[in-house]
Amino acid sequence: MGGRLRTRLTPYALILPGGLWLLLFFVVPMVAMLSLSLQEGDVVSGYQLTFRWQTYVDGFTNYQEQIVRSLWYGLVTTVLQIVIAFPIAYWIAFRGGRRKSMYLFLLLLPFFVSFVLRTISWKFILTDEGLLLAPLKDLGLLPQEFHVLGTAPAVILGLTYNFLPFMVLPIYVALERVDPRVVEAARDLYASPVQVFRRVIFPLSLPGVFAGVLMTFVPASSDYVNSELLGSSNTFMIGQVIQRQYLSNQNYPTASALSFTLMGILLIGIFIYARVLGTEDVLKVAAR
Amino acid sequence: MRRRLADRVLFVYTWLIIIWLCLPIGVMILFGFNDTQGRFNQTWQGFTLKWYGRLFDIPDLTNALWRSVVIATLTMIIAGALGTLIGVALGRYRFRGHGSMNFIMFAAISSPELVMGASLLSLFVSAGAGLGVATILIAHVMFSISFVAVVVRARVITLDRNIEEAARDLGAGPWTTFRLVTLPMIFPAVIAGGLLAFALSIDDFVITNFTSGTTTTFPLWIWGVTRVGIPPQVNIMGTLIFAFGILIAIANSIAARRRLR
Amino acid sequence: MNQPTPLDPALVRGMTQRRLSRRDALRISGMSAAALALAACGVKGQGNTTPTAPAADAVTKFWAGKTRNGHVDFANWPLYMDPKKPELKKFTDETGITVTYQEVIEDMGPWFAKVQPQLAANQSIGFDMMVITNGLQFKQFVVSGFLAPLDHSKLTNFKAHAGASYKTAAYDPGNAYSTPWASGITGIAYNPDRIKTAPTKLADLWNPAYKGKVGMMSDSQELGNFGMMKLGITPEKSTPDDWRKTAEELKKQKSLVRKYYGQEYIDALGSGEVWITQAWSGDIFQKNVSEGSNFKFVIPEEGATLWTDNMTIPVTAKNPVDAITLMDYFYQVEVSATLAEYINYITPVPEAQEAIKDHAAKATGEDKEFLQAVAESPLVFPSQADYAKLHYYRDFANNAEQQEYQGIFEPVVLG
Repeated sequence: MGGRLRTRLTPYALILPGGLWLLLFFVVPMVAMLSLSLQEGDVVSGYQLTFRWQTYVDGFTNYQEQIVRSLWYGLVTTVLQIVIAFPIAYWIAFRGGRRKSMYLFLLLLPFFVSFVLRTISWKFILTDEGLLLAPLKDLGLLPQEFHVLGTAPAVILGLTYNFLPFMVLPIYVALERVDPRVVEAARDLYASPVQVFRRVIFPLSLPGVFAGVLMTFVPASSDYVNSELLGSSNTFMIGQVIQRQYLSNQNYPTASALSFTLMGILLIGIFIYARVLGTEDVLKVAAR
Repeated sequence: MRRRLADRVLFVYTWLIIIWLCLPIGVMILFGFNDTQGRFNQTWQGFTLKWYGRLFDIPDLTNALWRSVVIATLTMIIAGALGTLIGVALGRYRFRGHGSMNFIMFAAISSPELVMGASLLSLFVSAGAGLGVATILIAHVMFSISFVAVVVRARVITLDRNIEEAARDLGAGPWTTFRLVTLPMIFPAVIAGGLLAFALSIDDFVITNFTSGTTTTFPLWIWGVTRVGIPPQVNIMGTLIFAFGILIAIANSIAARRRLR
Repeated sequence: MNQPTPLDPALVRGMTQRRLSRRDALRISGMSAAALALAACGVKGQGNTTPTAPAADAVTKFWAGKTRNGHVDFANWPLYMDPKKPELKKFTDETGITVTYQEVIEDMGPWFAKVQPQLAANQSIGFDMMVITNGLQFKQFVVSGFLAPLDHSKLTNFKAHAGASYKTAAYDPGNAYSTPWASGITGIAYNPDRIKTAPTKLADLWNPAYKGKVGMMSDSQELGNFGMMKLGITPEKSTPDDWRKTAEELKKQKSLVRKYYGQEYIDALGSGEVWITQAWSGDIFQKNVSEGSNFKFVIPEEGATLWTDNMTIPVTAKNPVDAITLMDYFYQVEVSATLAEYINYITPVPEAQEAIKDHAAKATGEDKEFLQAVAESPLVFPSQADYAKLHYYRDFANNAEQQEYQGIFEPVVLG
């Protein structure tokens, strides 16, 4: 009897310490942030919880340009990454042979270096008179005023670069699980390579694409490092606005409201995306 | 044949992308050898090894690096332990909180770092708690637990129950079974999870930025100093961390191969 | 391969599985409601919003029982001291107190945001002395009670050598909480290799010929001041209508501006990202010395901004006695002279000018010319005529005014 009880309590005992930590420092902070977003006042004289929903409206209207821009950059980055990553994942999964691990390792190699350092290196490479642009300008291929830094393409380049493995690996994992006999069967049935891809390989890769999109779109839209280092005021993203409101202006209510707004938009986006892809079945496949 | 051509194109393409990925790393390593005067490392002025000798010349930087390592190690231990426990629970047992626990972990992994950092700052500010190493550690453990748990759970799910049952048939209590049978079997996953937590912690920027106050860690120090100019010591530390990571990965795969033999 | 990456297949599988049941969702929201009640306590403030002089016994209360510990952690802005730190070495030789010097302050807004939570929680910020600019945040520091009231019995050098105008500053009457470190001028810096006709007016920053190569500061007080002076408005007396007009003018400039900078404008100027930019007077000088560049600094005709950076001691400092000793040390005439020679900012010690002239007389060749130039530089020792052109930041009567100002100028900086 005592043994059965102990067995029944065991899982709860196991998850207690970690679960408590997550509860205290993941769930409760979200609530604290919600509460803060509804408060009024300032840092010096204190805040009061007045349930001021107007803060949300103000935040959205003042910064809608940045919000839209962030979502747009996130979208472009994600699409670019699918286009770049898919051929690589395909090639390694189907033709990698014994060298699969080596290729994966090489792809992940740059990510042993700090994220900030990587982006700074890009900034260094792309400076107006730097390694990349100076020779091109000297050769007359580019006008003297041409600059890459401070433009949207620079920021998108940074975003695409920094999150690429998050797209390659999930697609690779999904493709690797494709039974080559299925592909062979399709070919035996006289399917052309394009048809094989469209009807067999691509659908089977979808769980990977979904996971990749999830792990790319969300961080890319909410990123601020890339835009801060590689961009200018024309590329301001909502992440920078939020960061500035928290860490420069100390306008906590607006900052919290914006955080929540961003999170809400991303969640809605993900749900819509899941519906569109009909990923219910896809998820079941992934679970196997 | 058409297929050969497609293969060749893909091969070249993959290598081009790999080179593109490694480009900034190469530049970073290269400029650790730059013979530059003053504090600005912007133009190539000649090759030198002198900075390797002067690696710890900047006390702030050395302190920040040390702090990052300490925090990452603590995170690895704490998150490793807590995450393993959760991973075992989720992988092995069916219980009432199963769904919520899964959901919270999923949310913790896919939440934007910005929102996690912002919410932690909101909490600390509302509670009137100061910011410093303690808050950084709290944040790092928080976002690492889920990663460790997922890795461990995946391994636990594939465990053969029969072995544990056999141990119990031979009279071992649950703790003994866990210690002598389960743990050794899931150990590689625990180590993998721990290393993952270490890597995530030592590189974290966004969440740390929100929860650190005036304390600096390695990524924060670099961020702070971009405005004035990055000293070569940073390049070298990046290079060394990079080399260290490669060594660990190679050692890992050699160990894995040896285990298979 | 057992690769410890966040992209382990197990992880991917874990992420794409269905999780939540309705009952679990309800349970989570139940817990959240409880937590919401808890968090609704709100953030406590520090008190009133108008600065008042410290209570008569505040000084004695703070300094009672504090002793010398032998160390100071000093936080300052970049480019405010010779990297070899000769003045600090001399200080250690004279007093035996060691100093850790960190250039961690780059912008007043972020600095206040960074230390406020810790000071509000009565926690040490890791520094015993910090240099902060007169302005909005200075007031916030005072009003929040974050600055230690200074014991003037320990500031004998200050009393003897500081200039009269520095003892009567409006932002800190009687030097209750701060003593000036240096004053500076925000003016225009440019690259003479790229810009052939020397700029002389603020209006030159609006010149379409420099499109994409103009730098402006992101700090709303710096930015606002320049806009107002260009339009002929006196910043100290400006009204919200003036601010709105100025913001319009600044928005017209936006297409020419490469980026709105903090301290990193100097990096941008150096890398060629901008050719002409809003700048702080002494930075350019130091950049030229350490890089061999030849950037130039001008005080525009319409006016420039004058600000003062001040040494202060945070109320949670671990070594306040050592800090105040260091503070007073910088008012020795020799020390302030060598500092001014390096940083090229306005020194609060007028006698330093004579000291620098003495150094010049004893030196030879290039050094002599250089020191002579410093002694006569209007950037280090401005004349009455120069002072007439310089304006302070707008002082805000209360929080609401400040929020209005920020609200008007912030959209200029955002994309």
